[in-house]
Amino acid sequence: MKLFGYRLPGMSSLIVWGLLWELVGQTGLTFFVPPLSEVLVTLFEVIGTPAFQKALSETAIAFFSGVFFAIVIGIPTGILMGKSRLLDELLLPWVNIFLSAPLTALVPVLMVLFGFGMKSIIITTTLFAIWIIILNSRAGVMQINRSLIEMARSFGASPMDAFFKIYVWAALPEILGGVRIGIIRAVKGVIIGQLLISIVGFGALFELYSANFLMAHFWAVLIVLFAMAFMISEIFAYLERRVSYYAAKR
Amino acid sequence: MAMPQTKDAPETATTEIAVSARNISKNYGDVEALRDLTLEFPRGQLTSLLGPSGCGKTTLLKIIAGLLEPTAGEVEVNGKTVTGPGPDRAFVFQDFALLPWASVLRNVAFGLELRGVAKSEREDKAAKYIADVGLAGFEASFPHELSGGMRQRVGLARALSVDAQVLLMDEPFSAVDEQTRRKFQEDLLALVQNENKTFLFVTHSIEEAVYVSDQIAILLPRPSRVSEIIRPSGFRDKGVDNIRRDPEYLDIVDQIWASLRNYVE
Ligand SMILES: Nc1ncnc2c1ncn2[C@@H]1O[C@H](COP(=O)(O)OP(=O)(O)OP(=O)(O)O)[C@@H](O)[C@H]1O
Ligand SMILES: [Mg+2]
Repeated sequence: MKLFGYRLPGMSSLIVWGLLWELVGQTGLTFFVPPLSEVLVTLFEVIGTPAFQKALSETAIAFFSGVFFAIVIGIPTGILMGKSRLLDELLLPWVNIFLSAPLTALVPVLMVLFGFGMKSIIITTTLFAIWIIILNSRAGVMQINRSLIEMARSFGASPMDAFFKIYVWAALPEILGGVRIGIIRAVKGVIIGQLLISIVGFGALFELYSANFLMAHFWAVLIVLFAMAFMISEIFAYLERRVSYYAAKR
Repeated sequence: MAMPQTKDAPETATTEIAVSARNISKNYGDVEALRDLTLEFPRGQLTSLLGPSGCGKTTLLKIIAGLLEPTAGEVEVNGKTVTGPGPDRAFVFQDFALLPWASVLRNVAFGLELRGVAKSEREDKAAKYIADVGLAGFEASFPHELSGGMRQRVGLARALSVDAQVLLMDEPFSAVDEQTRRKFQEDLLALVQNENKTFLFVTHSIEEAVYVSDQIAILLPRPSRVSEIIRPSGFRDKGVDNIRRDPEYLDIVDQIWASLRNYVE
């Protein structure tokens, strides 16, 4: 975008929104929105504290484990569904149901099944992320050019070769898209898990700050969380662009 | 018409048969692509399949490659019944079938890669065939950076590099320019002459078929059978430059056109 002939860097609109936030905060309209400057100061104070570090590491462990399982289960499942009619007929209705289901309602069930610890939180995170990863991997496989598969077969590819050298690569643009969206959903999943299952990690911080009306702290942690989710999803968006050159020509 | 070149029985009897397709039928649902097709491919020779579009040439080639199951009938390659793809056969695909995410070098080496050949060895081999098809300097390019004709040559190099006994070529020169095409036809003749390989060659060009073939099988429209087998024999030794002027060559081209033109309307 250009303004008065100057080319604006990406995401300049954030500055506008930041200013607006600061203004609203300064007017003291509501305790819920402290000025952005205050939030940022709090942010730098909070980041160094042991409580925050602990929350960060607890959240990171749950988040990355959850995403890890979503990826290593989701991608092969999606690919196999795309390859096999039978499996697809069997699983697709479930995947669609879980994709749109209010998963938060399932969390109490998970607590009964898996207890109140890390395990349930990780499973919640996985459940939030996995369905879109399955669906996207499946969609990626379903549009593979049949010729590529015949070519691999004609040169003697084993099923393993075909899987790792053809299917994964041919479906990669869709798979990466699925993982990117899955990761965003996983952020949601990990926080909901931490709030509902056992009050640990960022969930505990949110709980603590909002219960004590420490809004600047609340927003500071939220900003950190958003920034991290945004960065991870941008990494995948970058990878997606890297393979887009062949996405249109398979 | 009693043409001198359509003698068949004695010659087939003396040459060994590399590939034979017996009573092949193939249905795609309600579409009957091939019906009771029988055809033999002599070893060390090039056989062209010529016929109208959609008559089942690709289907027949894929059945011989072991990529498709015939509805009825069987294929033998070197005396063994085909149950699937094998290292004795290599396929050149009509739509090239290149990996869009891999460089030309990796694409050409991909057949060898699947056969477990070590990286340095397969890349050396691939580089040689890339040069052979005139793509030297494009090893690091990707398929989307190449023209249609160049992509086709990548597919050709890949099939040649695995050194299979039987080459199944589905319109391998259809996208290359006329000059390259003529050069490839000459190269193909040399290849047939020098190596004891069996070539199954699908083309839409009557001239090309007559120019390169030891045997031409004319297929009828769907459901396909072999309507005629023509064996040009007189002009092969006259040198590549004289073939197109040879009266026998011209006669056969006319003869094939006469039998195919019925189906064009
Ligand atoms: N997978 C398929 N499903 C249904 N019908 C098919 C399939 N593949 C081919 N056919 C049909 O079988 C017939 C033969 O197809 P094939 O591709 O073998 O023809 P072809 O002789 O190679 O044609 P061309 O010269 O245009 O390449 C066609 O009528 C086509 O419609
Ligand atoms: Mg065809």
